[in-house]
Amino acid sequence: MRADAPAIALEQVAKRYGKVEAVRDVSFTLPQGVLAALVGHNGAGKTTLMKMMLGLARPTAGRMLVLGRDPSAGGIEARRQLGCLPENVTFNAALTGREMIRFFARLKGESTKAADGLLERVGLGAAAGRRIGTYSKGMRQRLGLAQALLGSPRLLLLDEPTTGLDPEVRQGFWSILAEFVARGTTVLLSSHALEELEGKAERVIILDRGRVVADGAMDELRRLARLPVRIRVRLAAGASRDWLPSDAVVLQDRDACEVEMACAPEEKMDLLRRVAAEGRATDLDLLPPTLDELYAHFLQGRSDLEARP
Amino acid sequence: MKGLLLVAGKEIREGMRNRWVVAATLLLAALALTLAFLGAAPAGRVGAGALEVVVVSLSSLSIFLLPLIALLISHDAIVGEMERGTMLLLLSYPLTRWQVVVGKFLGHVVILGVATLVGYGAAAVALAVAGEAIAADSWRAFALMIGSTVLLGAAFVALGTFVSAMVEARGTAAGIAVGLWLLSVLIWDMALLGMLVADQGQTIGAAMLDALLLLNPADAYRLFNLAGLPNVGQLSGMGGIAEGSGLSAPVLLGALGAWVLVPLAGAVAVFARREL
Repeated sequence: MRADAPAIALEQVAKRYGKVEAVRDVSFTLPQGVLAALVGHNGAGKTTLMKMMLGLARPTAGRMLVLGRDPSAGGIEARRQLGCLPENVTFNAALTGREMIRFFARLKGESTKAADGLLERVGLGAAAGRRIGTYSKGMRQRLGLAQALLGSPRLLLLDEPTTGLDPEVRQGFWSILAEFVARGTTVLLSSHALEELEGKAERVIILDRGRVVADGAMDELRRLARLPVRIRVRLAAGASRDWLPSDAVVLQDRDACEVEMACAPEEKMDLLRRVAAEGRATDLDLLPPTLDELYAHFLQGRSDLEARP
Repeated sequence: MKGLLLVAGKEIREGMRNRWVVAATLLLAALALTLAFLGAAPAGRVGAGALEVVVVSLSSLSIFLLPLIALLISHDAIVGEMERGTMLLLLSYPLTRWQVVVGKFLGHVVILGVATLVGYGAAAVALAVAGEAIAADSWRAFALMIGSTVLLGAAFVALGTFVSAMVEARGTAAGIAVGLWLLSVLIWDMALLGMLVADQGQTIGAAMLDALLLLNPADAYRLFNLAGLPNVGQLSGMGGIAEGSGLSAPVLLGALGAWVLVPLAGAVAVFARREL
């Protein structure tokens, strides 16, 4: 595969289960070496999309290429270079963690040594000889991650990878992913823990009822949404308040007065200059719209559109 | 090929871990030993060789037990993994669908084969150790019995795998497996007998009876072991049917082989088209 060829290319892909349209008219391409997130409610079509990318379900319409090949053609070549972590991953409980990962390693033509190394890497070295039936949910999730990373994959498909992980393990998880992305691996993960994607996902694709409602870099989406920027200011003692915009909200007024105000993105600098004027404020926080707000905004936009006659 | 063996190996390992291998082996060995020593009593010391008696009683037992064990192991093979969610992960690996199905089938047949060989072999070894004189012919009959028993087991593993690839839920697979077992080991023969009695030889001739017997793997196995082997046929009381039947041992074995291959091919074809 050429270095500039997209890792994933979807063109008007649709999937219908009986009367239910799980995915409709989804098109996007992901270049190699990016970390992208699929965001959406349960039932928005994230898992169905991933199943189609794995060739486990056939699209009813549209075309898709994963690592340069059509996954529903049934070939196994693309799957050699692909790592996958399904949602709520489960394993055969009777086997030990080491047996399981070695089995998967052999399937991918990876050495058992590399497999053991990955177990260490996700912190399961000590539990490797125990049966998976005795593992906690977080441990199973880590084993799932370890098997996905086998064989230096060029594409990682991770469905809700951080559910059940402790905050500490979560940090490790993100740093491992960053390492793979730096080496040119494409990562597509789905999540509904939006706040943790901030600063990590270069690209966010928001799905709703099987449709893409927004797709872009986090900053781009913010610009598109034109959500107000909020500024939180701690006023200097005894400073006048008549310069405050009329929509400013007093958060607390005990030891020092804290107010929060919102403004359109293009008015941000004006407002900042007013705040920064001599003697008005002792501290300020700039709060860009969070992904949660963005998500709510785009979903809101959808229902407005649909409400129109 | 490598993927196939890896899947089969994992199935065997799981079978040993789940105690399937141990349980099946112990069950078969216990019954075989019991039959070898207690079952020989009515035959007394005249005429029949000890091992022939064991062949007759063990093959009668196998008809009930092996299909049951085979269906128990195999009905869960595919639908169970799909329900537990492990199939999704397995299929994200560079494995083709047929490798998964055939690998699981092979693993289950090895489990059954080991249980049969060790379990029934224990009885033969015990007889030999106890000082019974056993003719070379008897050994041959015994070896053929073990081989055809494994083949019978494989036929029902294939049937169970086919059912497992077809259905949506494990419960359905279990229900169909029980139904298949009852049909092949109990109902088929009774229905056949009823038909023959009702028909009074009007329409059902020898050729048709042969065909009906081949349509049930358990009957093909029964005929092969109880009637097809010299010295054993007289003991089992099946000699009558065998004489009127045009079914030779190779035909019976071929029928058993077809009962392995056809359902297995069906399972591969069905699973290849399934979406997860």
